[in-house]
Amino acid sequence: MERVVDPLVNKPSAWRTRSELIGFLIMVLVLAVAPFLTYPLFLMQAMCFALFACAFNLLIGYVGLLSFGHALYFGWASYLSAHAAKVWGLSPELAILTGTATAAICGLVAGSLAIRRQGIYFAMITLALAQMMYFYALQAKLTGGEDGIQGVPRGRLFGLVDLHNEMAMYSVVLAIFLAGVLFIYRIIHSPFGEVLKAIRENEARAISLGYKTDRYKLVAFVLSATLAGVAGATKAIVLQLASLTDVNWPMSGEVVLMTLVGGLGTIFGPVVGAFVILLMQFKLAPIGEWVLVIQGGIFVACVLLFRRGIVGEIANKLHIRL
Amino acid sequence: MIEIFGIPSQALFGQLLIGLINGSFYALLSLGLAVIFGMLNIINFSHGAQYMMGAFAAYLILQYSGLGYWPALIIAPIIVGITGVIVERLFLQWLYKLDHLYGLLLTFGLALIFEGVARNYFGSAGLPYTVPESLQGGRNLGFMFLPNYRAWVIVASLVVCIGTWFVIERTRLGAYLRAATENPTLVRAFGINVPRMITLTYGFGVALAAFAGVMAAPIYNVSPQMGSELIIVVFAVVVIGGMGSILGAIVTGFGLGVIEGLTKVFFPEASNTVIFVIMAIVLLVRPAGLFGRRA
Repeated sequence: MERVVDPLVNKPSAWRTRSELIGFLIMVLVLAVAPFLTYPLFLMQAMCFALFACAFNLLIGYVGLLSFGHALYFGWASYLSAHAAKVWGLSPELAILTGTATAAICGLVAGSLAIRRQGIYFAMITLALAQMMYFYALQAKLTGGEDGIQGVPRGRLFGLVDLHNEMAMYSVVLAIFLAGVLFIYRIIHSPFGEVLKAIRENEARAISLGYKTDRYKLVAFVLSATLAGVAGATKAIVLQLASLTDVNWPMSGEVVLMTLVGGLGTIFGPVVGAFVILLMQFKLAPIGEWVLVIQGGIFVACVLLFRRGIVGEIANKLHIRL
Repeated sequence: MIEIFGIPSQALFGQLLIGLINGSFYALLSLGLAVIFGMLNIINFSHGAQYMMGAFAAYLILQYSGLGYWPALIIAPIIVGITGVIVERLFLQWLYKLDHLYGLLLTFGLALIFEGVARNYFGSAGLPYTVPESLQGGRNLGFMFLPNYRAWVIVASLVVCIGTWFVIERTRLGAYLRAATENPTLVRAFGINVPRMITLTYGFGVALAAFAGVMAAPIYNVSPQMGSELIIVVFAVVVIGGMGSILGAIVTGFGLGVIEGLTKVFFPEASNTVIFVIMAIVLLVRPAGLFGRRA
């Protein structure tokens, strides 16, 4: 994939971390103030999708693998989290853990199949596997079929904090989101992350240097699926709902769109992209099906005109890394 | 009534027939995908939407000009093929030097646009399209009842598939195409207009999808989402067969249709997922696909 050429290769390394640090602080500040200015529920939903997009970006942006089936991990984590909270009566943190573990297992199985093929086939395999699990969700008892799982109780965090309080829920989601972003940042800048980038740039060469690239790809895939699971599981608790929309293929397309709009292979791109796309859907809801046409148009425009995405363009203009 | 494996033969052969019909569409669509991928190095995600456009074109031709099925079977693929040529000139030609994935993303966006427009004008419910008079009715084969239209679909798609195979593998034009797939620069040096060949190949692939769409119109209803449901299954078919071989795409398409039909008889719950399960098994046993060459 074409990516932002790192403009800071020759500059002192203090600068590199600083622009990312400043970006992170701005993000924290905005998200801390935002619930007082706009609907907390919208923000919480947006943060869940932002984390989902960041998880997806870990694969496409840093390993160069396009998964077209990330709805599988998001959706099934959301189902299991909702089921655990509603039917098993688990506390929210355990419900989210249950959902996350489900996504991790699904990621391990789907990932080990998908990494057997490269490039375009990888995308088709992930899409097909996700569709298979969509059909399964349609029939399975646990998912509630067309109805989904409704009225999921938010419960009490660690048995103490009542999450039906909007601000308490907001703080939890914010904490999960920030922890997720920091975790991804840590992965990207670890030696493991450097190997991932090497695979993205030239897999054959990474193999010749003695790296077992399949294992690296699988671990990256499982990490990405797991984080997508965290996002989905949290979303089920926040919106108190898990439905077929979350596992169906348009959801997989949406997360690709968010990441593409924000900027592939940037830390903050997926976050910005998720907020932009959700805001757009929210504002354009009255015009119905035209949203689909507009989303398609954005896809086309992004691919043809600005492949760097919003954050990628800014970073490129300012010669910084974001 | 005769029973085979405890299943009434009527039901068995009925599902086999449905399997062959679905298989015809899998074969036609995966063939188009393979032809396009060979020349353009792009996986055409909008293939399903273009199949849907073919069905809608037939519907609109009937509504506005009164021309029935047979003229539509020729005109609709030509119209949709022309839109394909426009798409290639406007959008796709800028992507050949980029990573394959951008082609997938762009055509995915196009699929959303086509489907969204169709939904806006026609709603999500299906529109009926009647079987042409000349093919109404059917015949009793003794062991089952065979509707004429369904027999026609299977025969027609077989003829088109084999015709395409023949053109690509056995004619001079096909030789040019295969050569341009292998080494476009060299073929251009021989004075062949490769960019135009690429454009026309895309147009042809899209027309093939539209042809399948017209044939599908009387069987399934004409609806905006008819393509997106199908294309994902076709992707699985392509992964199973591998895109290296035209004949492979045809055989895999029909074969999987039949397997899907049989699953509906013996284990109906799995009929939606069986092709994906087969894909998973093929990936474990033969990662390159049944007819694929290791990249």
